[in-house]
Amino acid sequence: MENKVFSKDEWLEGIKALQSEYKVFVPVKAGDFHKFVRLEEQTIPDLDYQNTRLSPKSLVYPESERMFEFSTDENDPDYNILKEAQKDFGPQAIIGLRPCDAHGFLIVKRNFDNPEYKDPWWVRRYEASTLVGLGCNEPCGTCFCSSVGGGPFDEEGLDVLLFDLEDQYLAKALTEKGSTLLAKLDGGSEASDKELSKAEEVKKAAQEKISSKVDTSKLADKDVLELFNAPFWEDLAFACINCGTCTFLCPTCWCFDIQDEVYQKIGDRIRNWDACMFPLFTLHGSGHNPRSEKFQRVRQRFMHKLKYYVDKYGNGVQCSGCGRCVQFCPVNIDIRHVIELMNSH
Amino acid sequence: MDNPYLPYPVRIEEIITETEDKNLKTFKFVFLNPEDEEKFSYIPGQFAELSVPGKGEIPIGIASSPTEKGFVSFTVNKVGLVTTHLHNMKVGEIMGIRGPLGNWYPWEEMEGKNVVIIGGGFAFTTLRSSIVYMLHPDNRPKFEDIIVVYGARSPGMLLYKDELAAWEQRDDIQMHITVDATDDPDWKYNVGFVPTITEQKITSSENAIAIVCGPPIMIKFTQPVLEKLGFPPERIILSLEMRMKCGIGMCGRCNIGDQYVCKDGPVFSLAQLKKMPPEY
Repeated sequence: MENKVFSKDEWLEGIKALQSEYKVFVPVKAGDFHKFVRLEEQTIPDLDYQNTRLSPKSLVYPESERMFEFSTDENDPDYNILKEAQKDFGPQAIIGLRPCDAHGFLIVKRNFDNPEYKDPWWVRRYEASTLVGLGCNEPCGTCFCSSVGGGPFDEEGLDVLLFDLEDQYLAKALTEKGSTLLAKLDGGSEASDKELSKAEEVKKAAQEKISSKVDTSKLADKDVLELFNAPFWEDLAFACINCGTCTFLCPTCWCFDIQDEVYQKIGDRIRNWDACMFPLFTLHGSGHNPRSEKFQRVRQRFMHKLKYYVDKYGNGVQCSGCGRCVQFCPVNIDIRHVIELMNSH
Repeated sequence: MDNPYLPYPVRIEEIITETEDKNLKTFKFVFLNPEDEEKFSYIPGQFAELSVPGKGEIPIGIASSPTEKGFVSFTVNKVGLVTTHLHNMKVGEIMGIRGPLGNWYPWEEMEGKNVVIIGGGFAFTTLRSSIVYMLHPDNRPKFEDIIVVYGARSPGMLLYKDELAAWEQRDDIQMHITVDATDDPDWKYNVGFVPTITEQKITSSENAIAIVCGPPIMIKFTQPVLEKLGFPPERIILSLEMRMKCGIGMCGRCNIGDQYVCKDGPVFSLAQLKKMPPEY
C-alpha cells in the first residue's frame, strides 16, 4: 500500500475535488467546538483540532432515521403497508476523524452487523464510507485510547491514516478503499524515507504523551454477579442527573427507539437514538420497570460497556477511550474511575 | 439486503374477546402474500412484533401452533397505546407482523419426557401453542404424560375456554384448571392459587420438565414447589417479558446482563437465570 505526501493546501484542494464522487465530511470549527459537516462551497475545513464534541457516529447512524413510510388512508391500495424509505447510500468519505472514533465504528459494528441479523441502514452506510483518519499529535489529558486497545495513530478500522508533519500530510493507505480514494487526489508525491521516519517519530512522541492509563485487562475474569451486586454503584450514581450526555456523545453507544409519526394520512416509522439513562427506556406496559432506580441505570451503562460486552464478544471493552464522556459529564463521573472501582472489587 | 425490521402485511381475519373484562382479545391474522406464511415458520415459544402503522409495534407471544395452517394468532392484553388501538381495530383491517423472533421451548430436550405446563393469567398464550402442538397426532407420541395447571383470577378470566373444556375430555392430557376464587355454584374445577394446586396435583419430577409462564408473583411461589418436588433448575423453563423495540438484539433495552430477552430468550431455564443479574 502506498504512502503519499501532500502539502496541506494540496490536500485541501484534493478533498474538495472528491465531492464529485463522494459525499465528503470534514471537521469545522463551530463556536467553541468542532463538528463534522458535509463539505460544500463555503465550508472551511479545520483539521487543526483535538476532537469533535460529537463523535462522527451519526454519519453512519443518524440521530433520527426514517425507516419506512406508509399511508393510513383506507382508500389507498397500499393502505397500512410499510415500504422502505428511499435513501442515497452512495459513497461517502469522512476526512480527519480520530483513530479512536474509527475504533468506535468497529465496536458498534459488532452490534449492527452480526451473523444473525444485519441492520440495513447502518451496514449500507458503513460499507459506503471511506474513513480517512488523522493521527493525534497532541492527545488530550482525557484520552485513554491506549488502555482500550487503540492508540493515537492506531490504524484499525481506518482506510487511510494521515500524519500531520507540520506543513505536510503523509497519507498512508491501509485498505483498497483507501488506495482508491488517494488515487483520485491530484498532486502529492511518494513519501521519502525521511518523511516516513519523521512520521514514525511523530507517532512515537504522541504515544508517549498519553498520560491517562487504566487497566482493562482484569474485567473479563471478574464475576458478573459480584460486580452487579457491588456496593459502589449507589455512591457512584448519587451525583448522576441521568441527562444522557455521555450516551449522546459516545461513539460506541448504539441504543435506539422506534416511533411512528403520522401527518394527516402519511406516516413514517422512525428510529431515534435512545439511552439507558432514561427510565422510559425499560418501562413495561404493565408499569413494571426492571431499571426504575437511577443507580440501576448508571450500573447498566457501565456494566454494559465494561462487563456484558466484554463477556459477549470476547474482544475488549465497549469503549474507544475518546474521553468525551469524561470531558462533558456535568457532574464529573469518570469512566476511568469506574474501571478502577470494578478492578478493585 | 433482507430488512429484519420490515413487517409482513396481514389482514385481521377474526377477533375473539377472551375474558369477561374484555381486556384480552385473540387476533387471527392471514398473510396478504401467501409466500410470507412460509417465511414466517415458527416454533412454539417464539414471539413476533405486531405492527400497527402509525402507532408502533408490540412484542407478543405466538398463540397459534405451527400445526395450525392458514393463519397465525396472538392474544393481546389491552395496556398501552398500540394494544389499545389494536383492540379497536376491526376484522378486515390491514396491519403487519414481524418475526418469528426469539428462541423457543426446548422441544428436543422434552421428547420422551413428562411435560408439566404451569400457567397463570394471560401468560397462557405460548403455552396454548405448545399444548396444541403436542396434542397433534404427529407429535403426541414424542412425549410422555402432559400435565397442565392453569389458573386465572376467576372463571371469566380464563383464556381459550372452549379448548380447555375439550382438553378436559381427553385422556392424553391431564388438565388442572383453577381459579383464585369464584361464587359460581356450577364451577366444576379447582379453586386455589396456581402454586397450591401445583403442590396438590403434581406428584413427581421424575423424567419431567416444567414450563412455567405467569405473573411474577405466581412464578415466585411456584418455584419452591417445583424445587421441593425435585425439579432441578435445568428442568424448570421460564419465558420472560421485557420492553422491546427491535426484537433482534440491537436496540439495547431488553438485556439481562449480556443476554437479550428478544434474541437470546425469551425462554430461559432457571439454571441460566440464576447466573444472570436479577434485573427483570
